[in-house]
Amino acid sequence: MAAMNVPGFQDQLWGNGPSPGAVYNFPGIQMVLKLLSKFHQQRELCKYPTTTGTSVLGIKFDGGVLMAADTLGSYGSLARFREVSRLTAVGNNTVVGGSGDYADFQYLKSVLEQKVIDDACLNDGHGYTPKSIYSWLTRVMYYRRTRFDPLWNQVVVGGVHNGESFLGCVDKIGIAFEAPTISTGFGAYLAQPILRDALEKNPSMPLDQARQVITRCLQVLFYRDARSLNKSKKHLHGVSRVISRVMKNVLVKWNRQVTQQTLETEDSVPAGQQC
Amino acid sequence: MSSIGTGYDLSASQFSPDGRVFQVEYAVKAVENSGTIVGIRGKDGVVFGVEKLVLSKLYEYGANKRIIHIDNHIGMAVAGLIADARQIVSVARDEAANYRSTYGSPIPLKYLVDRVSGYIHAHTLYSAVRPFGCSVLLSSQGPDGPELHMIDPSGVSWGYHGCAIGKAKQAAKTEIEKLKMKDMTCEELVKEVAKIIYIVHDEVKDKNFELELSWIGEVTNGKHQCVPKEIAEAAEKYAKESLVEESSSEDED
Repeated sequence: MAAMNVPGFQDQLWGNGPSPGAVYNFPGIQMVLKLLSKFHQQRELCKYPTTTGTSVLGIKFDGGVLMAADTLGSYGSLARFREVSRLTAVGNNTVVGGSGDYADFQYLKSVLEQKVIDDACLNDGHGYTPKSIYSWLTRVMYYRRTRFDPLWNQVVVGGVHNGESFLGCVDKIGIAFEAPTISTGFGAYLAQPILRDALEKNPSMPLDQARQVITRCLQVLFYRDARSLNKSKKHLHGVSRVISRVMKNVLVKWNRQVTQQTLETEDSVPAGQQC
Repeated sequence: MSSIGTGYDLSASQFSPDGRVFQVEYAVKAVENSGTIVGIRGKDGVVFGVEKLVLSKLYEYGANKRIIHIDNHIGMAVAGLIADARQIVSVARDEAANYRSTYGSPIPLKYLVDRVSGYIHAHTLYSAVRPFGCSVLLSSQGPDGPELHMIDPSGVSWGYHGCAIGKAKQAAKTEIEKLKMKDMTCEELVKEVAKIIYIVHDEVKDKNFELELSWIGEVTNGKHQCVPKEIAEAAEKYAKESLVEESSSEDED
């Protein structure tokens, strides 16, 4: 270029400035951009659960719903916490049970507790139903998975409203369904066939029978699922409200062969009387 | 108020030369124009009674309630401007929820009263805001039994065995003082509260009113609840009958 040879003329029109058509880079901007991109893109997300609970079982019977879960919080394969409750009453007609990450379940529990209080404060004579709690949970679980930050649970919702039983399930990616029998975790393989079979044989089973079949499922799960415990909690829904919670130890006998027959004759024993 | 109009009442952030904050005193006036509210703490719980003045026959029954739930175990009754009160209600609910999420237990009433009265007091300090034109009564059933507190527009609060605010607060206080509330149960108090509201109601000036009743204590398992319809109706009946008796005995004298 000719201009370069003229004495005193700088070939850079604006030293350290933008080249024609480009944007000026403010000093330090690179550092800020780097930090921003780290914040936005390289955030570590929770990729696995820590303390977990195994199966939650639920079955509709004539006039209500029966739900059960054992009380073990596993830390990997370690039976870390032996008495944690994985079923919780929400209002007076719904029970929510959670398998998977126990901390996430506790979080859901506290949010639900506050929701129920806020709702009661409105004092409008309306309250949440099992179905509305289920619907809310489907939205929360799906939203969290869409944020790539799922709540690592499979949540079972059961209850009775206006004489109608409800039983539904949502998982950590927001898949949700209603069914007359539900089992999560290992129970989906081990307990679900037993529950379905029992319901097929007796579509409107009385409470006693539902209790028997649930107890048997818990027993099978304890024998086969290494992350389970022979101590469980059951929630029973009567016509309009949660009637009772029963804590029972499942009868276990390791010292003989377990056959179909022996399982059928065994029943639960009160808490504290372990074999 | 001789110094009214002397220029010291334009802002809540300015004292008058004799040491008063007129804006706060005007706020108290707003409370004194409202229907009477009575709160009595008995041996096993607290009962609220509200004389809710109904200014038009065209209003729906039960609208604009003056007794409100704050949390399961805390109730509030408000006198004064209802719109101002709603702001206080929302702050109180937020505080209660916040405490619950932080500490995992229901907020003790003492803490809630501290926080809410701090909020109300903050509105008496700045020229840009107006003090709240309402007083609130708060009731709760805690581990140490029932509690009753009142916060006024200046942000001052006290604990009470029985208190009254609104139009006929003096007459109501006189009636409350006649009771031995420390030995009375909620069931007994509901009747007396209803009676007091009926006694102090000025039929000449305010024709229509609705009686709102709520309670909290052993009878409600520690939850703040509106008094059930049958019990409320019985209490109202008792109140009306004792009014008739009193007026007829006065006639005899």
